[in-house]
Amino acid sequence: MTGLKGLQVGESLEAITLPPVSRLDLIKYAGASGDYNPIHTIDEEAEKAGLPGIIAHGMWTMGNLAKLFTPYFEEGFIQDYSIRFKGMVFLNDVITLHAVLDEQGEEELSFSVRAANQDGRDVIKGNVVFCKRFITAAT
Amino acid sequence: MFEHTIGKRSEKVKNRVERGAVKKFAEAIGDLHPIYTDEENYSRNIAPPTFPRVFDYGNIEELNLPNKGLIHGEQNYHYERPLFVEEEILCYAEVEDYYERSGKSGNMGFLKVKRYGEDPEGKLIFSEEQVVIITEAVRKGMTV
Repeated sequence: MTGLKGLQVGESLEAITLPPVSRLDLIKYAGASGDYNPIHTIDEEAEKAGLPGIIAHGMWTMGNLAKLFTPYFEEGFIQDYSIRFKGMVFLNDVITLHAVLDEQGEEELSFSVRAANQDGRDVIKGNVVFCKRFITAAT
Repeated sequence: MFEHTIGKRSEKVKNRVERGAVKKFAEAIGDLHPIYTDEENYSRNIAPPTFPRVFDYGNIEELNLPNKGLIHGEQNYHYERPLFVEEEILCYAEVEDYYERSGKSGNMGFLKVKRYGEDPEGKLIFSEEQVVIITEAVRKGMTV
């Protein structure tokens, strides 16, 4: 692993493609997060809400997207993480996570981040500011 | 219809960044880095950035949201530093704004709720802002 130091503006972190979304993924997230809204786990409830089927928690996708940065948590931390929810994620969707470096400051790195489905459509989109100040405070 | 709740906030609630809950959460988002769980090789374990979802922020008086039919529009986190596993945090929530706009599916309500996590000395660790969209159909179904 090379770390964030060598990364140039315009370059991307290595994208991650998730396995197809399964019901178990969403049941696990419901349990771990405490978000038991049934449109994420029970077909009938999703249909009652006018959806074609259950949809992933937006926060499940947002949680997944942040893991692009986890390998660098010994260099710093996520200072700001802003997301707009753009589209729904259905069962068996294949989601790919992307981050591109937009700006490089002395202490802060700004990234555009997004998660897209198998059709290339963004389902969530936003920004991450990664702060390198933490290194000294952490150890 | 939620205008009157702007500025209302909850009482602070004491939460702990529970080790088991962090592990379960990291697993649920497929983020299995040892920095969250390995006590041997890290002086301090941290929690994933979206972990504050699990905290109790208390109840905001007069803010009675339906538990169905809400659309999560935006979510923003700001951290002063990462959350450490097993630390205690005081959490509370505040209604930041509410406004309505007409759109394709009628009049939409936009509710901005801001949540905070502080250390026991009252120093901010993180804040998060959530924008919830409430459709006209949902609001009509509510009894206020």
